[in-house]
Amino acid sequence: MSDLGHVLILAGGLSAEREVSLRSGHRLRDALQEAGVEAEVADADAGLIAAMTSDPPSAVFPAIHGAYGEDGSIQEILALLGVPFVGAAAEACRFAFDKPVAKAVVRAAGLATPASVTLPKETFHDLGAAAVLARIVATLGLPLFVKPARGGSALGASRVMAAEDLPGAMISCFAYGDTALIEQCVLGTEVAVGVIDLGEGPQALPAVEIVPPASGYDYAARYTAGQTRFFTPARLPEAEAAAAAAAAVTAHRALGLRDLSRTDLIISGGRPFFLEVNVAPGMTETSTLPMAIEAAGRALGLVCRDLLSAAAARGN
Amino acid sequence: MAADNTTPAPASTPASGEPAPHESQQPLASQESLVDRYVDRYAGRAREMIASEIRALFAVAARPEIVSLAGGMPNLSALPLDAVGEMAGQLVADHGTVALQYMSAQGDPGLREAICDVMSLEGIRAHPDEVVVTVGSQQALDLITRIFIDPGDVILAEGPSYVGALGTFASYQAEVVHVPMDDQGLIPEALGQALAALASRGQRAKFLYTVPSFHNPGGVTLPAARRAQVLGICQRAGLLVIEDNPYGLLGFDGEPLRALRADDPHGVVYLGTFSKTIAPGLRVGWALAPPGIRDKLVLAAEAAVLCHSSLAQLMVREYLTSQPWQEQVKVFRELYRERRDTMLDALAAVMPDGCRWTRPAGGFYVWLQLPPGLNAKAMLPRAISARVAYVPGTGFFTGGAGGEFLRLSYCFPEPARIREGVRRLADVVSTEIELHSTFRGLLPPVPGPGGGQDFLTGPAGADIPQ
Repeated sequence: MSDLGHVLILAGGLSAEREVSLRSGHRLRDALQEAGVEAEVADADAGLIAAMTSDPPSAVFPAIHGAYGEDGSIQEILALLGVPFVGAAAEACRFAFDKPVAKAVVRAAGLATPASVTLPKETFHDLGAAAVLARIVATLGLPLFVKPARGGSALGASRVMAAEDLPGAMISCFAYGDTALIEQCVLGTEVAVGVIDLGEGPQALPAVEIVPPASGYDYAARYTAGQTRFFTPARLPEAEAAAAAAAAVTAHRALGLRDLSRTDLIISGGRPFFLEVNVAPGMTETSTLPMAIEAAGRALGLVCRDLLSAAAARGN
Repeated sequence: MAADNTTPAPASTPASGEPAPHESQQPLASQESLVDRYVDRYAGRAREMIASEIRALFAVAARPEIVSLAGGMPNLSALPLDAVGEMAGQLVADHGTVALQYMSAQGDPGLREAICDVMSLEGIRAHPDEVVVTVGSQQALDLITRIFIDPGDVILAEGPSYVGALGTFASYQAEVVHVPMDDQGLIPEALGQALAALASRGQRAKFLYTVPSFHNPGGVTLPAARRAQVLGICQRAGLLVIEDNPYGLLGFDGEPLRALRADDPHGVVYLGTFSKTIAPGLRVGWALAPPGIRDKLVLAAEAAVLCHSSLAQLMVREYLTSQPWQEQVKVFRELYRERRDTMLDALAAVMPDGCRWTRPAGGFYVWLQLPPGLNAKAMLPRAISARVAYVPGTGFFTGGAGGEFLRLSYCFPEPARIREGVRRLADVVSTEIELHSTFRGLLPPVPGPGGGQDFLTGPAGADIPQ
């Protein structure tokens, strides 16, 4: 049995990724149980602070995806409560969660990332949407990828093949947030590279190759078992696999992340392009981090137990 | 974990023994993680059963922080729970060997008799032998579809139609043809045109699915004159009518309307439920069908569930015979009327120009049309962020139409919450209007459902200040 004591997994939240997060949380609980750790799944709601104050857990595993879970707010609250937790501190989360900011940080650290522009909806309103969109297409070309600057699970994201589809993609995107990231759609092999740090510095896990159906890696493709095919390790030549691993570790370090992260990359022309990083990666049956942990010959429960122990030892 | 047990997919080594192109560079054999190893073995009807972001958003809508105008949950707090509990306990103590035993697939005879009494309130004269008890009326829909529909068969259904019915029809791979409605429900002329169009293509519909009273999601009701017209058209065409009537006793004005089945015992299958008049957790509904169909329904029910919950059936029978259930329905009616009024008042007070909506005379739902160009499905994430939920209209049409509509339900939230929810919704719509005005002229024109016809926009919407 573990000597961790009372462990809390935070899952749920009020974002569109609530359901995914609950599935992650329950899968984590089961995995931890197999590793001898009794963990409880709790939602981040109005009762949370009182519960944590009256019965403080020895460590918390945040598994809330999307805003509140990955934008640093829940980490800030945990720090205020003095509760140790797994994963990046609030400030690093804020940088990592904001895709344009994360892209800028990793670019400064030497990584390639698709050319993009970031614009709030007010710009389209004030300067005229037609002119702004035309300039974007003229500069970045097509196809494009439009996504909310903050958020995950492909919600509000669309691939735009033709210029006339761009306005509709902007509307879908702005339903999820007020700022859009419009990125060149780099074609290549899509991989997710998990990074874990069990005390010896951040190590990349085997890359997971994502082969979505023809319709793209959208919400349905992500969360309908069997729609997307996953290959672990990714079917990449050794040099490319090594470059992908190095890119994920570079992103993890450059953004000041801690314990675990997952970096999404496109390998194009033998080169990894950084798309985004997740500080509370999905842990569902169709999520790539658990696949990578398994492919590395490790058990998800034991890895999470060790991360919790490290957090508890670190304190806050 | 599915991935633990999967057969490793072939790595890059071909069977011939030839080295794979990258073999020397690839120390670890790549394995495919088959998240669902049976993915290529599912039946065709499972193909459309996929994860959706709308469902994901509804997972959030269930949280108390969100005012949910989405779900159609009856308000059970108005039920005399003590009395029902006492009755249930007594039932098991006194009749447990029957209540906990198997039963015939057609259902308890005493309950079927009581069901006939309930239906008599809507002018239906029926014999208990013609009634088949089902697991809510949803199962009746499933069984009807099962016995009538082969893949590709045509079903005529109102546009919009109850989402649960469309789900059932899709799972049997039916082709649904929507028939337009206005504020008086199904348009008889449109029904005639739909039948003629089918005939000209050499097709014939298997049945018409309709919710004539207090429509879900439309909130509209087919008046008596139109009922006769619709029945006449169906009789002349030899078209079976499936009359789904969950809300018939929940009208706010006067006596219950005469059911379609009351005037055509041979041409109409009537579906009823106690989910709205007692409680949905009991899962007791029924189908009233002509003998041939009845026989098939009983066999289909047996194949599906062997028999229904005996306990639930006896509870309903006991409730109907020992409790003042009609008084209770009156209590429900008053409660829902107050909430309907609250919602209509709130909508009139705060919704931005260009929105129009129906004024239900019973049931649970208001159907709202957004200003041109707006899409309720695309707008839902914004609503969830603003802590209010609704159901986008696309769920009530097949083929992705209906984006400019949304369904609001007033049955569950307290009046103060309804007002707050409508206020939040108005803000969301205003923001969306502003966003669309930013991209005006750049978006493709939105075709109306069913070829640009304007739905549900008669007098019900016309008296709203524009």
